[in-house]
Amino acid sequence: MDIILQLVLNGLAVGCIYGLVALGFVLIYKATELVNFAQGDLMMLGAFTCYMFIVWHGFGYWTAVALAVASVALFGALLDAAVLRRVLGQPQFAVVMLTIGLGAVFRSFASITWGSEIYTLPTPFSARATMVGGVSVSHEYVSIIVGTVLLCAVLYVFFTHTRIGVAMQAASQNQLAAYYMGIPVKLMFSLIWAISAGVAAIAGVLLAPVSLIDTNLGFIGLKAFAAAVLGGFGSIPGALVGGLTIGLIELYSGAYLPQGFKDVAAYVVLLLVLAVRPQGMFGAVGRKKV
Amino acid sequence: MRFAFKTSYAQDLGLFRDRVQRNAYIALFLALLVLPRLVPEYLGDLSLVFIYGLCGVSLMVLAGYTGLVSLGHSAFLGIGAYAHVYFAQDLGVPWVVAVALAAAVTAAAGVLVGLPALRMTGVYLTIATLAFALIIQEVFTRWDRVTGGLKGKPVQKAVVFGLPLGHEVGFYFLCLAFLIAGLWLTSNLLRSPTGRAWVAIRDSEVAAQSMGVNLAVYKTMAFAYSAGLMGVAGALFAHKIGFLAPDIFSVLLSIQFLLMVAVGGLGSLHGAVYGAVFVAMLPVVISQARDAVPVWLGQVFAVFGREAGRAVFSLVDRFVKQPGLEPGIFGLILVLFILFEPLGVYGRWRKITLFFSTFPLYKHATFKRQKSYMRSERLR
Repeated sequence: MDIILQLVLNGLAVGCIYGLVALGFVLIYKATELVNFAQGDLMMLGAFTCYMFIVWHGFGYWTAVALAVASVALFGALLDAAVLRRVLGQPQFAVVMLTIGLGAVFRSFASITWGSEIYTLPTPFSARATMVGGVSVSHEYVSIIVGTVLLCAVLYVFFTHTRIGVAMQAASQNQLAAYYMGIPVKLMFSLIWAISAGVAAIAGVLLAPVSLIDTNLGFIGLKAFAAAVLGGFGSIPGALVGGLTIGLIELYSGAYLPQGFKDVAAYVVLLLVLAVRPQGMFGAVGRKKV
Repeated sequence: MRFAFKTSYAQDLGLFRDRVQRNAYIALFLALLVLPRLVPEYLGDLSLVFIYGLCGVSLMVLAGYTGLVSLGHSAFLGIGAYAHVYFAQDLGVPWVVAVALAAAVTAAAGVLVGLPALRMTGVYLTIATLAFALIIQEVFTRWDRVTGGLKGKPVQKAVVFGLPLGHEVGFYFLCLAFLIAGLWLTSNLLRSPTGRAWVAIRDSEVAAQSMGVNLAVYKTMAFAYSAGLMGVAGALFAHKIGFLAPDIFSVLLSIQFLLMVAVGGLGSLHGAVYGAVFVAMLPVVISQARDAVPVWLGQVFAVFGREAGRAVFSLVDRFVKQPGLEPGIFGLILVLFILFEPLGVYGRWRKITLFFSTFPLYKHATFKRQKSYMRSERLR
């Protein structure tokens, strides 16, 4: 019983990370119809910048997190303004290739700037745990779950109750109509990229104490992709549910199935779900017009 | 100015556009025949170009002509490689039969992926094939009775019809023969009703369906053909690298194949070959530039004094010797291509030839691409 609860906790924490990265994909996809394959690498950049601010420049944890998230968000906005705006409206394949290329550039940049060593991020939660009814509750995992819940609440309030948030929703529902209503669509897209990059950076910072920081951290993006597709690309609750599902599946298959299933179980489930419901769990049925 | 006016159906069906084009290809073929004598030190890289060319043709059929973007082609290459080595070495099947069996097994795997993929479009399909590639990679690791697992599997030299092709010249011609056969077969297929149906599916699924194209049949066929071709390429690739291990067939290889078709130019077989030349030769160019560029820059800056030259040399040298630089250069080139030449190398080539053949009447608008701002994917 204890081990099952333990796995639920750890699975939820891992799932939250997948969910956050998937959320970043979905935000960008909903707004601009671009599929950002570099989301995982933005997460990696977030973790590295936070590490740099804490260890190299000696900032406190919270200042460093704020600085890292802000700088990665700014970077996301600049990326949109400089590069991605130019490919809006081009075939999806071009965009996929573009972001794959950008991801490779980011990884290369990280390995040149920070070296290819593996780092650990010192945090206030590191290596501490509380026993709750036979379950060892690690503070790092709690920080991930609490952080995700807070972030989702903030994003929810932002998108439904603020002027900018509603304007963003309008821009993502219909570019042209939003533009006619006087919404600066380009600025909105840059802001969405900033938010999405910021969310990725937060995911990176939350993940860093659990996993280690290296340049291949971005490959978690692949699993997050599975999460986003599982939930139905373009559905925000779907991304989170998909992330949690994949996190739980991964931990349980790691514990109960033979060795080797841990890494692929998520993908097997993804293929099964897609074979039955090609639009994912929460996706809308759509048919492309001629 | 030169126009290709067609005056008979035979011309329209011909493999080459006109006599000039045919002669150009014959010249290219002759050049490839004597190339091993001219540049013997690059033979290994050239055979890799041919193998990658076959991979590029395979992915071009699927991504460039049928519009199904796959990130699972590393798995198909791996299945082909392992199946070929298993049949040829463990079961002792003759080489040619082993290649055919490998192609058949890989095509079957392609059908297996293609069937559920029928209902998916766009990014869902890409992710599904990605998931397939990751699962297959794990299978390569675990199924060690056939694949040798993490220990890997050594590959013996190819012996075709009792003719040992272990030396590089023989292998060069073997790969060249397979590439030409693959290109010929594919270009014939693309000019047939099957190929036209694929292109119709790429341009609009709904329109193709309403014209009587059976989506299920043709999409599965595209997957099977593409995978089968990849299986043949995998058999050659196994001999090329000489040692099979699961981590060779990672997603990065799939990404490299996509890079090949994107940089070469989507929707043209020429593009596949140009892309293969690019992807296979770029590491060679980079490794040579790594040695040459710091020296060269050092000499340039030496005009400001010997110290400045040496400082620049050591700085640049340290920078270019970074191990993580090469994927970054690949990525950067890809980004620049997508931004500035979305039609790829072949598109640029066509622009240049058109410029000269219609001089001085060339206009930029010929290749202008229409942008769409429709919310196409989510229209209900």
